[in-house]
Amino acid sequence: MESSFSSPRNDTFPAGLRVLVVDDDPTWLKILEKMLKRCSYEVTTCGLARDALHLLRQKKDGYDIVISDVNMPDMDGFRLLEHVGLEMDLPVIMMSVDGETSRVMRGVQHGACDYLLKPIRMKELRNIWQHVFRKKIHEIRDIESHESLEGIQLIRSGSDQYDEGYFLNADDLTSSRKRKDVDNKYDDKDFADFSSTKKARVVWSVDLHQKFVKAVHHIGFDKVGPKKILDLMNVPWLTRENVASHLQKYRLYLSRLQKENELKSSCGGMKHSDYSSKDAQGSFGLQNSISIQQSDVAHGSFKVSGDNLVSQRVGTKSHESDIEGIVSEPVAEPKKGLNGNIPDPQKTRSPQMDFNNSYAETKICLIGNVPDSQKIRTPQVRPSHSIALVESEVNFTEFESAIPTKYSWNEIPLNKAQKPLIQLNSGFNKPPLPGPHSHFQVDRVQSIPSISSRPSTAEEDVTGPAKSKPSYSECINTQGSHVSPSTTDSFPDQIKSCLVNHQVSEAISTSTANMEYQGFNLNCITDLESAQRNLIMGSASPFASLDDGFQICWYQGDCYGMNLGLQNIEFPEYNDPALVSELWPFWVVTGLFFFFFFSFRGCQPAESINLHAYP
Amino acid sequence: MEGNSLREQVAAMRQSLFDEEILDKQFVQMEELEDVHNPNFAEELMTLYFRDSSKLLVSVEKALERPPYDANILDKFLHQLKGSSASVGANKVRIETNKMREALKAEDVERTKSQFQLVKRAHKTLKGKMEPYFHLLRQAGPADAAQPPE
Repeated sequence: MESSFSSPRNDTFPAGLRVLVVDDDPTWLKILEKMLKRCSYEVTTCGLARDALHLLRQKKDGYDIVISDVNMPDMDGFRLLEHVGLEMDLPVIMMSVDGETSRVMRGVQHGACDYLLKPIRMKELRNIWQHVFRKKIHEIRDIESHESLEGIQLIRSGSDQYDEGYFLNADDLTSSRKRKDVDNKYDDKDFADFSSTKKARVVWSVDLHQKFVKAVHHIGFDKVGPKKILDLMNVPWLTRENVASHLQKYRLYLSRLQKENELKSSCGGMKHSDYSSKDAQGSFGLQNSISIQQSDVAHGSFKVSGDNLVSQRVGTKSHESDIEGIVSEPVAEPKKGLNGNIPDPQKTRSPQMDFNNSYAETKICLIGNVPDSQKIRTPQVRPSHSIALVESEVNFTEFESAIPTKYSWNEIPLNKAQKPLIQLNSGFNKPPLPGPHSHFQVDRVQSIPSISSRPSTAEEDVTGPAKSKPSYSECINTQGSHVSPSTTDSFPDQIKSCLVNHQVSEAISTSTANMEYQGFNLNCITDLESAQRNLIMGSASPFASLDDGFQICWYQGDCYGMNLGLQNIEFPEYNDPALVSELWPFWVVTGLFFFFFFSFRGCQPAESINLHAYP
Repeated sequence: MEGNSLREQVAAMRQSLFDEEILDKQFVQMEELEDVHNPNFAEELMTLYFRDSSKLLVSVEKALERPPYDANILDKFLHQLKGSSASVGANKVRIETNKMREALKAEDVERTKSQFQLVKRAHKTLKGKMEPYFHLLRQAGPADAAQPPE
């Protein structure tokens, strides 16, 4: 991503290259660490693939390259490779003591940019920076070729996307781009319909992807086809092949998310039972919740595939290939599931949420337990949708907060096709779903004032709201035109600057997505992976002060969960400011401050006065 | 000086380890990574290695106790052992482990088991030689590196 080019680190490139090493063998970790340090690289070591993913998600822009062993106990190195490629689009180097051609080929097929044989020599490590450099060059090329087009699209269509939880799109932008890159890697995968051979990369902007997802949902997952999508999207320069390959990646992503969550739930099932029991929402074993959702929609295949995945994982050497086989199976499923869920937000949403939140148990029915307002909110996260966020979604336990209204701001009424995570956060935004959503929305808006008057209660949820902030800013950014009409003058400039800043939105959305659910049940989070917590804490802090501005502006606009603002106020107490600087690049925070500051000015003064941004 | 003869002894020991192919170039790599922060890097890593590999050997032993033998688990262990041995330059152990893996792949139970004995023996030999070597090394102070086999 462009941001990494502007970091000071690059002045002495390749020195200071941030490398993440993943290997279950502690001896190798030590040796590699030492060797990489000799190359003047910044090294982080990890013994588990899961930890590595957490680290990577925590600091989306925190690493330049990943070096991973092929054989690891908790996750196959190739799967880790896929995840990194999908979610973070970082170059990954595989290593192994085995140098069989078949293995090396698999590595390349899964997207590894290199495959090193152990024992690794210093000279080989010295040269790894070339992969980072190459990738950046390619990205720049792609971005530049579409920048003008998409920049215009974003600004112009900001208002169009308002309803659809725009901030998610920012995240989509990142992951879409990444997925686009990955697409080429998966050409040899077995998704027969599409002849998506290697071609010029189309950068799928937030806006574009949103249109895509909208079209997909409109048509219906089971009836979807690239031609239909293309027609619906009505983007003149897009070709059927572009759509086809994007659809392929989208499906792949959904199925991987599904798998990943299932695996996670199966692995972490025992660990997370605590927090799930606390909530009315209950904790779902991911697998179970997935199956429930799927079965609700009459698609049991996911469940099956998930189970298969789990059982395969347990002991076979060749499970990788099995998993791949499974991947192709349920590809169609998630969409169906989504279809089924969409029309019935209340019902389907909560299980989705739980899905995300809890690993452990197999309680199924949130719907019965969760009060309506809460329920509606939680399901917003659609696991299948959020590529990068799914993992983090699982982490949040939440929604148990005592204040039902709190949820609302988290919910971002994204387009049903949009990433579910964002939806969760946006809360107040106009729900994309008809009927229940709309009235739900109304409730939220009204409850905002009540929330603000109870700052103390918000404290618990602090992390939650804070997290979703980034996404809100995204929304605001992208939908500048919708924001407080009274402040149109002051806004547009800020908004546009924010709009053009894709990175901001990306950073925000990614971190938001991860953190979104964190908020409500902080207590319950203890069982969750530490990364999630970090995300929450880290991401929450910068937004504490921004919330106020948010809140106000959105009221005038279309109700983006301003509640967030109120709740976020509590944040400063919870978050360590140091985390902010770690998690958020300075320009992001600055940009956001400016944004909020200006937006705030246009809105009622209210409580947002504590904005740091005030000069 | 005493140091000199000690160092000579250390150097000789070291050289023989290479000559007998008990150690390979990777060991030299470890030595080269030694610096102010990790003055005894090679020894540290060897210690780590012995700790982990001993556990692995026990696991393999258990897995071979009675049929049916889980080939996948066994291969996993052996792969790990091979990897760690490669990391510290434990040449003979690595080679014997690899042979055992091949026997396993060929589903030759007898050969797998007999090969395992060789693996254990190589491991024991290595340990028996490295411990006095490092001990002497510490006593002698920084030693001149002998020429590793190319």
